[in-house]
Amino acid sequence: MSDDGLVMLQLHEPGETPAPHDSERGAAVGIDLGTTNSVVALSFEGSVEVLRSADGRGLIPSVVHYRDDGGVEVGAKAREAILETPDHVVSSIKRLMGRGIEDVKALAGTLPYAVEPNPDGGMVRLRVAGRVLTPVEISADILRAIKARAEEALLGKMVSRAVVTVPAYFDDAARTATKDAARLAGLEVLRLVNEPTAAALAYGLDNAVEGLYAVYDLGGGTFDISVLKMEKGVFQVKATGGDAVLGGDDIDHAIAEHFLADRKAAVGEHPISAGEVKQALMTARVAKECLTGRTEGEWMIEVDGRPSRHSLTREQLEFLAAPFVERTIAICREVVEDAGIDVADIRGVVLVGGSTRMPLVRARVADFFGRPPLADINPDEVVAVGAALQAEALTAGSDTLLLDVTPLSLGIETMGGIVEKVIPRNTPIPVAMAQEFTTYQDGQSAMSIHVVQGEREMVDQNRSLARFVLRGIPPMTAGAARIRVSFQVDADGLLTVAATEMTTGIEQQVAVKPSYGLNDDEMADMLRDSLVHARDDMQQRLLTESVVEARRSLLAVQSALGVDGDLLSADERQAIDAAIEQVKAACAGSDRDAVTASVESLETATKSFAEKRMDRGIRQALAGMSVDRLDGALGGGE
Amino acid sequence: MDMKGPITLTDAAADRVKAMLAKRGKPSAGIRIGVRSKGCSGMQYTLEYADEKSQFDEVVEQKGVTVLIDPKAAMFVFGTEMDWVEEQMKSGFVFRNPNEKGRCGCGESFHI
Ligand SMILES: Nc1ncnc2c1ncn2[C@@H]1O[C@H](COP(=O)(O)OP(=O)(O)O)[C@@H](O)[C@H]1O
Ligand SMILES: [Mg+2]
Repeated sequence: MSDDGLVMLQLHEPGETPAPHDSERGAAVGIDLGTTNSVVALSFEGSVEVLRSADGRGLIPSVVHYRDDGGVEVGAKAREAILETPDHVVSSIKRLMGRGIEDVKALAGTLPYAVEPNPDGGMVRLRVAGRVLTPVEISADILRAIKARAEEALLGKMVSRAVVTVPAYFDDAARTATKDAARLAGLEVLRLVNEPTAAALAYGLDNAVEGLYAVYDLGGGTFDISVLKMEKGVFQVKATGGDAVLGGDDIDHAIAEHFLADRKAAVGEHPISAGEVKQALMTARVAKECLTGRTEGEWMIEVDGRPSRHSLTREQLEFLAAPFVERTIAICREVVEDAGIDVADIRGVVLVGGSTRMPLVRARVADFFGRPPLADINPDEVVAVGAALQAEALTAGSDTLLLDVTPLSLGIETMGGIVEKVIPRNTPIPVAMAQEFTTYQDGQSAMSIHVVQGEREMVDQNRSLARFVLRGIPPMTAGAARIRVSFQVDADGLLTVAATEMTTGIEQQVAVKPSYGLNDDEMADMLRDSLVHARDDMQQRLLTESVVEARRSLLAVQSALGVDGDLLSADERQAIDAAIEQVKAACAGSDRDAVTASVESLETATKSFAEKRMDRGIRQALAGMSVDRLDGALGGGE
Repeated sequence: MDMKGPITLTDAAADRVKAMLAKRGKPSAGIRIGVRSKGCSGMQYTLEYADEKSQFDEVVEQKGVTVLIDPKAAMFVFGTEMDWVEEQMKSGFVFRNPNEKGRCGCGESFHI
């Protein structure tokens, strides 16, 4: 722009004038706004670059630190602050996007911060460091940091537009919240794209053979499995499933507990401090990630001046991780079966999420789907890569424009509770369609519009999305009024319904928010449903937890036997070996009580062994110390 | 000004166009002003070399320069003055448009 605000034009060869804004409005990027980590990427002429920090890191931890001085820190620094001031730091905010206080009750205990209801209804709010913040505001802080990262990586070029990805199961409220957060951060959302769809796009599956594809996403705290159907370059989500509290973090916990048990044996029995737990968790994560490339390693935990060494092999890691990985496979099986799909019909499997780097995960996924998964693109960057391609397609123009479709038909209720479909399912979006309706009574001055979603013929079998009333229809004989009802679904899948009386032009419209549009009966149904499943889920979870616990004990005993086995008599050894076999057998079954009982008998069998080890450990520790260190250790207690 | 047409060129603009046409090293019928509807609040001008005159172009001869105006652009550019602006970091042609009422934040689009 010139100094007086006029656009400066250059003379171009015929037909070569660049698209507007390319130069002035800067880049359009793809953003994976993740629960644990976020990633931003830019595509130029079909080749995608992940925009990294100065030190080469592509992942931005989705963690925000609200400092007492009013400053806001996002990313790796904020994550470090968790150790010092946990109540000033927010992580996993994505779990609360578009959620009301009722939804959040189910997550109670899994959230590291206090949530409170919003006095105006709607989304919950958080109390952090003396501020009251909404999930939208906190996500906006993350997005601002992402925008800044991208602009820095692009040497100051402005970034103002983005394709942002969301989980396939995000409802209207969560999608709207995501868009609002981007807008607050100064980013125009070109489109929201489903994460699995973006991953499929990154692998160019829109140009692949038509058919079914699976996307297996195991991140830090969530697991999602989606089956997509690709037809003529259009992806349709056929089925989704997952576990909102299953991911790499669980594996870190299992390893950390194993380390802490070893540490007790090494430095002597003592109450475990919070500092040790945090150190153990961080070490566990490092060890886990290392063992993806290597088969064994040794790590050190040092807290309160007491160091302990911990070795772990990949085999041991896999032993600890197996219950979680098996759970994901069980969920895959359920989703595929529920959707009536034959696994053999799935033409490809895409891996997403940092945890799918683990060789065990790859092997089990390959096993279940009967084919090696697609994994050439970094699994924690692949979603952003797909989003970047989409952003370029939307701004620079491209044949491979990704289309989404309406998953279910949208219609309105007519006389007798019959549904008249206005937009059939599988219609590519964005789309606008209208139909005319009329009054059924003489002099009828109002018409109630009931918007529903679903394939069934009767209203009560479908999902109710919204109701509103068009008033002020001039008195006419029945059938004379012409009421045009138009449905508009924008590119992000958000629906707006408008009703217009054609002779007078009076109009009424609503933006539909399905999550708040349910009537009481449906709400009750959904709650009943979720309670039934919740019980199953809870059982499954308890079993998984006890199996993890059992395997951890087993590993601890086995490694102790390796080091101090010579302390045992043949009889003692035999008793322990028998108890080990019993635990293994119980872990293979699905009886939680049997697992717990077997662990108890293992503990009994190893009680005297543990005492002998402790004696030897203390003797060795003392023998290895010089006199002044001994003084320090006894007198200091720092 | 030698002739009052749908648009006027400043001396600076005319000189610049002449220089650029000469530099193009290819016979040209002049330059063409067009519009296209791509910006965030409406239209964007395009400015291109013209290899030949098309039947519907509005032709403006001014200060030794031939300016062809695409019929779609005619109603937008009518009454504007085309100028060449040089500033410290950049230079370019501008249209001072007395018809212009609103402009989007990014400056590349205009309303009538
Ligand atoms: N090399 C690796 N081996 C095993 N796990 C890894 C590796 N790299 C990252 N992870 C794990 O991936 C998880 C984060 O995955 P990511 O896809 O970034 O998260 P999200 O989708 O939840 O935001 C963490 O648990 C991290 O430890
Ligand atoms: Mg992710």
